[in-house]
Amino acid sequence: MSIFSDVPQAPPVAVFKLTADFREDSHPQKVNLGVGAYRTDDSQPWVLPVVKKVERLIVEDDSLNHEYLPILGLPEFRSASSKVALGDDSPAIKENRVGGVQALGGTGALRIGAEFLRRWYNGTNNTATPVYVSAPTWENHNAVFADAGFKDIRPYHYWDAAKRGLDLAGLLDDLEKAPEHSIFVLHACAHNPTGTDPTQEEWKKIAEIMKRRKLFVFFDSAYQGFASGSLEKDAWAIRFFVSEGFELFVAQSFSKNFGLYNERVGNLTVVAQDNENLTRILSQMEKIVRTTWSNPPSQGARIVSKTLNCPELFAEWYVPNGHMPLTSADIIAECLTDYFHFHMNVQNSVFGEKYCSCCRIYLSFISLSPPLCRKGNVKTMADRVLLMRDQLKSKLQALGTPGTWDHITQQIGMFSFTGLNPKQVEYMIKEKHVYLMASGRINMCGLTTKNIDYVAQSIHEAVTKVQ
Amino acid sequence: HEDLRSSMFPDLVGMHYSWWGGVQMGPPDPILGVTEAFKRDTNPKKMNLGVGAYRDDQGKPFVLSCVRKAEALIAAKQLDKEYLPIGGLGEFTKACAQLALGADNEVLKSGRSITVQTISGTGSLRIGANFLSRFHGGPRDVYLPKPSWGNHTPIFRDAGMQLKAYRYYDPSTCGFDFKGALDDISKIPEQSVILLHACAHNPTGVDPKPEQWKEIADLVKKRNLLVFFDMAYQGFASGDIDRDAWSVRYFIEQGHNIVLSQSFAKNMGLYGERVGGFTVVCNDADEAKRVESQLKILIRPIYSNPPMNGARIATTILNTPDLRSLWLEEVHGMANRIIKMREQLVAGLKKEGSTHNWQHVIDQIGMFCFTGLKPEQVERLTKEFSVYMTKDGRISMAGVSSGNVGYLAHGIHAVTK
Repeated sequence: MSIFSDVPQAPPVAVFKLTADFREDSHPQKVNLGVGAYRTDDSQPWVLPVVKKVERLIVEDDSLNHEYLPILGLPEFRSASSKVALGDDSPAIKENRVGGVQALGGTGALRIGAEFLRRWYNGTNNTATPVYVSAPTWENHNAVFADAGFKDIRPYHYWDAAKRGLDLAGLLDDLEKAPEHSIFVLHACAHNPTGTDPTQEEWKKIAEIMKRRKLFVFFDSAYQGFASGSLEKDAWAIRFFVSEGFELFVAQSFSKNFGLYNERVGNLTVVAQDNENLTRILSQMEKIVRTTWSNPPSQGARIVSKTLNCPELFAEWYVPNGHMPLTSADIIAECLTDYFHFHMNVQNSVFGEKYCSCCRIYLSFISLSPPLCRKGNVKTMADRVLLMRDQLKSKLQALGTPGTWDHITQQIGMFSFTGLNPKQVEYMIKEKHVYLMASGRINMCGLTTKNIDYVAQSIHEAVTKVQ
Repeated sequence: HEDLRSSMFPDLVGMHYSWWGGVQMGPPDPILGVTEAFKRDTNPKKMNLGVGAYRDDQGKPFVLSCVRKAEALIAAKQLDKEYLPIGGLGEFTKACAQLALGADNEVLKSGRSITVQTISGTGSLRIGANFLSRFHGGPRDVYLPKPSWGNHTPIFRDAGMQLKAYRYYDPSTCGFDFKGALDDISKIPEQSVILLHACAHNPTGVDPKPEQWKEIADLVKKRNLLVFFDMAYQGFASGDIDRDAWSVRYFIEQGHNIVLSQSFAKNMGLYGERVGGFTVVCNDADEAKRVESQLKILIRPIYSNPPMNGARIATTILNTPDLRSLWLEEVHGMANRIIKMREQLVAGLKKEGSTHNWQHVIDQIGMFCFTGLKPEQVERLTKEFSVYMTKDGRISMAGVSSGNVGYLAHGIHAVTK
């Protein structure tokens, strides 16, 4: 008799099952609007050019080894990550009360934060503290907090299906009624799955109540830069709450904005009242990390760290204010070399070649492949998503599809809550071979200029034929 | 807790107090503390024998050639960065299981086991502990050898299990307390979990001999215990991957449906890449499928899916014939250097004129050596000779080189004569 004979079969994770079904489908026009990963206009995964470059640098660097990182992770990564979230000139950082815990993706950051809160927040080992997650939310939020030991996980009003927007009144009401010290998981931007974010004024209202009712702020930030194309804009809510004096956690993911999905790069940013509190918090974080994964994986953190900490590489990843204006000199330089104009630490090597000691690469004079875009890799992704939103809405309007479709361009980020009901979704999948989540959530990245007409047509049919 | 808060912050209003006033300072990690102190020491002859990572004969970290070659191969492939499945890279888990069990193992042929990719050995142990906590119908007790790796206890505890111990190390012989182990194991309540170090026991370096393993396997079967193998040093212990996995394969042969944690941190030098596996041997393929589905449910809310880089490297090495041969050579080389250092240390002690019996230094196996030094002697060794090690007398042989083994012998003799 096996010890495990009573282990029941667990249901598959819905979003991965969707992709599995999609793979098995042989229909020539099939479209996968499920899993949340960026795709190019050719429906291909995209390794960011700056990531390719940095990976090459890492492989060629013989001084690097595979030794253990510290328990809390690569120090340069942690500080650079927190800076990305809070801003270069963040007063909290200057006051030395911000720390980071390198974690395995956003999931890992959430889990370490949840484990810490269960042990040390609102008393010790208080598993009864209510944890509020938005209705709907990323399907894994619930399990992260439940497995961390919290017994009382509740929804807060968020999506208003009737008006296809934020249920602000419901949200604020839940904040007022929540027991003091409850934990609230807030999506910093590009809410998953609805794509609907509070406006700045709405965030201010949320913050006011949370401060007054002593509610704990736990931001989930998986799309900074990816949502609007602006790191600053996408972190506005986080920075606002910090400026209001909140002690808070931010679970950061670099899966999307660096396209580093499978290297599991994340950071739990901790904003404490002062350095003394921060020190004690981090010491306890270490203990939690030690029994979970001991120390985090180095590859992804190295890539992100190198990029964030080298001005030239950073500029390939991200250019503030969207686009770097090109002077005629720039254009000439651009034609001659990839990055001659950019590198600030250029010296002459012993061989007479120009060498950037920061990026540790030789700069050739003739570039064989011009840079992809001066707007930074992040904006390239964000812009394509915005374009698809725009085009989908236009096409649905042109088809005369019943209903209003403004929400498609009002929503932000990778996902859109189309408003399609489960029957309509079933139609989309079974009849049209367009795969989306039962909730009606679509991944905008699955749309391309090649398939958008077919998808728009399919939605049109689903809405008109199926009630 | 309301009273606690108001008494700690009586005058504060609104947001002017911290949530974290009650958070205690965590105790410093004992091994980290050793390295910190080592770093501060200015003695040019200082030695860090706390480090649990291999060092070459110059005392430097060692990146295996097969790893560098694998990395170059991988870079040339220009792979994407898409999420791995929750259970990890399929090619990796297959190769990982084959490495541990042997490619022609009946278990693998029948599909009655499941292997998931984990965050090195720690991640594997934690997933295993969580799985047992959730699904093991037997007692909550996990029996560890005395002593065991320091992190075993908090891992199992955090997963909700309770810890007990069975006798293992005999300080009077610096060897295996076989009688004591059998005696204790015979008293373990049925269906409890027993953790065994497959090879190169950490921290003692003391392994049972094959005949002793056979008796242990027999007794464990009689007691109907669930066996949890921790194998972090396959290949690294004796230099031979099959020899080091012998205990695991024997138990399976004898009908134990074991659970197994593997790490590639040491044997491939992939420490920071976090490469490991967790295997559950089941009755049949159907059970294995059900177990797999539940492992995924456990993994998803911890880190969603595992990191790619290290698993890719390990897979490339294991599945590319000339890289695999190169790896076997290099792992053999690492093990040999350790064995040589053991021999040189004992020779050095004899040369210094030590009359103690240091045979255990040679008999023990793997990275670590339980010297038998007492805490006061360890303290002297550190203070007077700048030799850094943990208070239990454990030294990492990886920190010993031909350049400093003489000095170490001299120091040890000085504090033990």
